[in-house]
Amino acid sequence: MKDLFFLSLAFGGIAALAFSLTRVEKIAAPKFAKANDLVLADVDLVAEAIDSAFAEDWSAQNLSHADQVNNLLVARRISLGIAGTIPSLAEIREFESQPESEQIDWWVARLLEDRRTSNYLAERLTRALVGVEEGPFLIFRRRRFVSWLSDKLFLNKPYDELVAEILTEEGLWTDAPAVNFYTRTIAQNEESNKPDPVLLAGRTSRAFLGMRIDCLQCHDDFLDTVELGNAEDLRSGTQQDFHSLAAFFSDVESSLLGIRDVKEHQPYEYQLLDEDKASVVVPMVPFHAELDGKESNQRTRLANWVTHQENRPFARAAVNRMWAIMFGRGLINPVDEIPLGGPFPKVLEILTDDFVSHGYDLHRLIRVIGSTQALRLNSAADFTVTPSHENLVAVFPTIRLRPEQVAGAIAQSTSLTTINSGAHITTRLMKFGQQNEFVSRFGDPGEDEFSDRGETVTQRLLMLNGEMVGERLENILNAPSHLASLSPDLDTVVDVIYLTTLTRHPNEEERRQAVSGLSGQDRERRGEEVIDLYWSLLNCAEFRWNH
Amino acid sequence: MVNPTDFIQKQQTHFHRRSLLKMAGLSGLSWLTPLATRLARSAEADQRGKAKSLIVLWLEGAPSQLETFDPHEGTTIAGGSKARKTNVNGISLGDGMQQVAEQMEHISLIRSVTSKEGDHERAIYNAKTGFRPDPTLIHPSIGSVICHQMNQEQDRLVDIPRHISILPSKTPGRGGYLGDQFDAFKVFDPVQPIPDVAARVETKRQLSRLEKLKFADQQFLKNRGNNSIIGESLKSSNLDAAIRLMSSDQLNAFDVSQVSESERAQFGDTPFGRSCLAALRLIETGVRCVEVTLTGWDSHVNNHETQAGRINILDPAYASLIKELKKRDLLDSTMVVCGGEFGRTPWINPLGGRDHWPHGFSIALAGGGIQGGRVIGETDPNPKRESAPKASLKQPHPIEDVHATVFSAMGIEFETELDTPIGRPMKICEGKPVQALLDV
Repeated sequence: MKDLFFLSLAFGGIAALAFSLTRVEKIAAPKFAKANDLVLADVDLVAEAIDSAFAEDWSAQNLSHADQVNNLLVARRISLGIAGTIPSLAEIREFESQPESEQIDWWVARLLEDRRTSNYLAERLTRALVGVEEGPFLIFRRRRFVSWLSDKLFLNKPYDELVAEILTEEGLWTDAPAVNFYTRTIAQNEESNKPDPVLLAGRTSRAFLGMRIDCLQCHDDFLDTVELGNAEDLRSGTQQDFHSLAAFFSDVESSLLGIRDVKEHQPYEYQLLDEDKASVVVPMVPFHAELDGKESNQRTRLANWVTHQENRPFARAAVNRMWAIMFGRGLINPVDEIPLGGPFPKVLEILTDDFVSHGYDLHRLIRVIGSTQALRLNSAADFTVTPSHENLVAVFPTIRLRPEQVAGAIAQSTSLTTINSGAHITTRLMKFGQQNEFVSRFGDPGEDEFSDRGETVTQRLLMLNGEMVGERLENILNAPSHLASLSPDLDTVVDVIYLTTLTRHPNEEERRQAVSGLSGQDRERRGEEVIDLYWSLLNCAEFRWNH
Repeated sequence: MVNPTDFIQKQQTHFHRRSLLKMAGLSGLSWLTPLATRLARSAEADQRGKAKSLIVLWLEGAPSQLETFDPHEGTTIAGGSKARKTNVNGISLGDGMQQVAEQMEHISLIRSVTSKEGDHERAIYNAKTGFRPDPTLIHPSIGSVICHQMNQEQDRLVDIPRHISILPSKTPGRGGYLGDQFDAFKVFDPVQPIPDVAARVETKRQLSRLEKLKFADQQFLKNRGNNSIIGESLKSSNLDAAIRLMSSDQLNAFDVSQVSESERAQFGDTPFGRSCLAALRLIETGVRCVEVTLTGWDSHVNNHETQAGRINILDPAYASLIKELKKRDLLDSTMVVCGGEFGRTPWINPLGGRDHWPHGFSIALAGGGIQGGRVIGETDPNPKRESAPKASLKQPHPIEDVHATVFSAMGIEFETELDTPIGRPMKICEGKPVQALLDV
């Protein structure tokens, strides 16, 4: 009796394991993230307005513009931008079976419903908010912050509410992860348990307002690089401006209960450059003073001002960053250096209007950008491409991929199945481990992730001979090893290889070249040829650059 | 683009080039006289600019100065730790630094180094770059600056990376605003193969792969030749340099198994010991900066035991490195800096440990124009806990002065400003060289 029970338990366990490991993948249609038709039509109108604005700019500057690429490549661009990966074979097949006019909408909806997207976007936004370093480990949990942010992005929490929460949250860095924005700035020495107002002022300005005022910490602006004050009366920024912003953070402290406002107001003191002693600096907003509600709680006052409906720099900064995430560069560059008084590209204003009037809806923003013709422009053209073309988005920018994007793309291209939250845990763990190792050797671009840091020999070596690429190609559980044996038809094999690595079908010359390399080989040699072809495509420029 | 077949013929090309250089040298005897004059003149001139390379023995976690370079035997703060005499009169080291004591004539100490950072991550950044962490940009580490500033003919003969970090921790030297190409190349224990340089398949297959890669790149570049923005960077891709590196016999410098057993034993049979030996060989090959990390110094608990364990590893390796550099006549051109991100508290805590102390710690310098056997600065043998720590230091030097000293010895103009990507002009170093270590 007991033996029977044990046997059934053992077999049941093996059966469960076998079932879960060999489950056939089915792509589910997107559920709640699919916008209804009214919204889509509305989104299309905004996209049209954007494309008209670009067309006006091109003709005003007498610029030619590139032609359109096919939808599959657009899908690749969107995946890389917001999900840090490329479409899997199964996803491509499903994509191609959608009606052409609905393919991109379908793809965006699918991605917005995938945790990979919110996780990846959360990581990208976290860089701007708390940086990339590990920070003071006792009181800072970067991973908690990222996953909290990922939850909010997944549920499409309005961006203004999100930022207000980050600025005003109280509690422990583990229970109330938003406070990590504050704890990140606490230097761990015995002298202080207060978040650093100077660091917070710099971050708030860069991440939320799209302005870099860090130089004003130490001196007035003598290079005319920072504009502050009222729109009708713009002036150079001063040290006073910086510290007046920092003063908003003087009433925060860290205790055993976590981050909270102090009971008794603590004035902010600073010794300005030309003074011989420190003086009290009262909190003052650096521009749009008319939007300042002067609430008694400093953090609430700041949060309300930053996220005010009429605080356009706030909305503009968010829009510019999302554009940069999807295009590789912002409408204004650097992404967090948007002048207060303009000039602003018309497209930026159209998107900002739309963003504000629709409740700071990030998913909608992504949909709108995804619906533009601009996102479908070719990165190659038959005319000479100049910086003007790129600034006015007359061609799609050709930009190096970030390390996580490269790692994500390598992992997906060599996988038999889609690596998403539905994938098996061992698949995801393996990808996670390999990815971290890869990114750490590749070199993390840091907070300023949109600046081009050039390519290094180490990075080439990592791709040519490195563990991640090598392992994923050689592992018998992965696609490359399987392909040659699973599919007898060489044309299909070559097609699949190109689809999974470069998200396109091979052209005639490529097909001929590849098929001739595979023909007439014995099984083992053919397997090697397949792996070698994969290797060459993973290492080529087309894979490593966004285009 | 380099023809893939070049990569297997690399060995022969290298050999040809070397023999060519030899022949050129020999046939140049005729212009020796004017050359000799110039040499004589430059020998009389400033000693500065002698150092050509840098080895950093990075003691991460922060060594205790009281057990290493700044013992105060007999005082309360020593906590029972003893000192030992060195071969330089008047200088003592911690008792465990037995072999280093015999090399003291080549080594000088700054015992009064200070920093404003008491947090590991921030202090490591400060020590490696000479600047405090800044939210707007990443400063380059000292090795990156050296490689950036020193770019001469000899550098172009070096196929392997010129900035290397052996046994890196989480924060190896970075290129920062100078660019990622100046990041330290990370390698691990020299008994392990160097990561990412060996092809994963046999030569014939590797060549076939490279052919396919060439074809794939051609397809992509077909329509992009007219892109004036990225034109060159797409084409020039570091592929050629990577292939050259993979087949370079300079890689042998990493392979310590080629060294005699006795020499290896001298350095100690530890990863750190082997790494110091590898660092020596790399400097011989022409690498500009090698950073070797020894972690585990963070003795908040059980200070004496922890420090003794680490010193046991450091002592033979550090001493042998100096000895061998001297023997191979490389000490004059190679600077060796040894230290950590701060020191440790003079008083023992309830757990028998010492905590962080950036208010007067030690950095040891040798070679590259540093006059050995000197001590700069003094720490208080009886500091009062309540009073300001810095007040009791003689001749304090902020950590950036160490950087300035290194740059000065290498003939680098560290006060000139570089343009950074954020538009902010930045000096390479804001410290002042410790002249007393450089003046003859």
